[in-house]
Amino acid sequence: MPDQGMIRQLLKSKTGTLGLLIIVAVILCALFAPWLASHDPASVAPLKRLKPPVWLDGGESTYWLGTDNLGRDIWSRIVYGARVSLIVGVGAVLVSGMIGAVLGLLSGYYGKWINAIIMRVADSFLAIPSILLALVVLAVTQPGLITLIIVIGLTNWVSYARVIRSEVLSLKERDFVKAAQSAGAGQGRLIFHHILPNVMSSLIVISSMNVATTILMEASLSFLGLGIKPPDVSWGGMLSDGRQYIATSWWVATFPGLAITFTVLGVIFLGDWLRDKLDPRITNDQS
Amino acid sequence: MKGYIIKSLLQVIPVLLLVSLIVFILVRVTGDPVALMLPETATAEDRAVLTEALGLDQPLYKQYITFLGSALQGDFGTSFRYGESALPLVLERLPASFELAVAAMIFAIIMAIPLGILSAVKRNTFTDLLISGISVIGKAMPNFWMGIMLILFFSVMLGALPVSGRGGIEHLLLPAFTLGIGIGAQMTRLVRSSMLEILNQDYILTAKSKGLRPFIIIMKHAFRNGLIPVVTIVGLQFTSLIGGTLITETVFAWPGLGQLLVTAVNTHDMAIVQASVFVIALIVIIGNLLTDISYRLLDPRIRYS
Repeated sequence: MPDQGMIRQLLKSKTGTLGLLIIVAVILCALFAPWLASHDPASVAPLKRLKPPVWLDGGESTYWLGTDNLGRDIWSRIVYGARVSLIVGVGAVLVSGMIGAVLGLLSGYYGKWINAIIMRVADSFLAIPSILLALVVLAVTQPGLITLIIVIGLTNWVSYARVIRSEVLSLKERDFVKAAQSAGAGQGRLIFHHILPNVMSSLIVISSMNVATTILMEASLSFLGLGIKPPDVSWGGMLSDGRQYIATSWWVATFPGLAITFTVLGVIFLGDWLRDKLDPRITNDQS
Repeated sequence: MKGYIIKSLLQVIPVLLLVSLIVFILVRVTGDPVALMLPETATAEDRAVLTEALGLDQPLYKQYITFLGSALQGDFGTSFRYGESALPLVLERLPASFELAVAAMIFAIIMAIPLGILSAVKRNTFTDLLISGISVIGKAMPNFWMGIMLILFFSVMLGALPVSGRGGIEHLLLPAFTLGIGIGAQMTRLVRSSMLEILNQDYILTAKSKGLRPFIIIMKHAFRNGLIPVVTIVGLQFTSLIGGTLITETVFAWPGLGQLLVTAVNTHDMAIVQASVFVIALIVIIGNLLTDISYRLLDPRIRYS
């Protein structure tokens, strides 16, 4: 848990602070969406379609960022869209973290054929781009928030399993584990009490870096029409609507894209800081 | 070397088998193909007939063997949207995707190598900061949004480049830039860190004290050794490059494999989906193998164990 010292250290890093500010802002948007939004994000108003942002000619004072092709308010939709991005981002990371940690622990601790099977499966998952894997599952399931979380989670566990496995391999040989073993600790106790706490910091670091990937993936899938469906609002879905009107109404696609970019940037900054703090050995390229 | 290549080729087989198993499980277990293929008004009898015709009443392991048997012969079934065999439809789209992927990779390399070197040599200066900043933003931007913004600027506002489709070089520029920028950003970071490591080594100091020109030191002594991790990342990026074509092709209506697959997924055309996944997995595996081999050719210190 972050104590006061950790937060003070975070505030010393400029990019870390910026990341924190962005993330806090996005979380506040998600939490207080009903109060921040000026309109119902799903209400259609044909007479108000494709209104430009308020500072342009023809803009209306209550539609700050303009409206989309169905007359829905873009600002309100962006505020509500933060919910989907965060829920899917964090949820999917929890799913893949759990799968990856369990498989990594098993594979590193037991070795032999268990390791061989798990690592071969991991190789096969790497041979299919994760977005493709997610597409295949979404092709045969009903889309929805939970499906999306599980699907994205299922496709991103390999990096966890690999890192955890290699950590377990070296932890297994360490004296404190051997000592616990000779003192008669059972396998469950060894794994969960002695090994797991020592891989926690790696788990947290990979997770923080994976949130960025996950948010981008949700946006991509929703953009392709396979993620969140109306009336739920997703930034990726908004972009897909806006693409068709890019020639006449640039604002429809521009603002949700900015929202995604800022959020991911915040996650990257915070994640980088966390990595430098907790585990400098893991680099970005491993995730 | 020859033994190593043969050994690696043999290792491809279990991976491909597992890919087939994953696809099979995903398609058959997570969804109901019968419900997807029939209209909602279908009777229980219709369902039974189709279930039997598709062999879905057989036990799962038998279904898998049948599926694998036909997959080995290149038979992934008939696309009900095109009414043709799925594999040729998929292969037909490959050249367009390949063209886009190669162009994107060339763009990424052209961008990453000079920027990476520059930012390593000018470490901790404003230039370095600027380049790092740009590459972080490049990583954070969803590439489909990037594509839409490029269309807005170059096609809508300037009217300089076509909005979509495949044709001459002017059609290729925007999609290749869109697809390449994310990879270029990651490569820039890698070239930078790899160059930094090398610039600190003794032989660079020796070269400097011999009075060689900085340009010669950087290009001849440092860059050639800094290239090794870059080759690896080019190979590793191959997978995300292929994944990226799915989206970039959709944004620019580029008639490649990605566009075919996305449409197939949206219309539940499972034959096309399965054939595409196999072809893509095979390409990725071969790509990784080639990376591994070129890596070893570049650095003789790596042994073929």
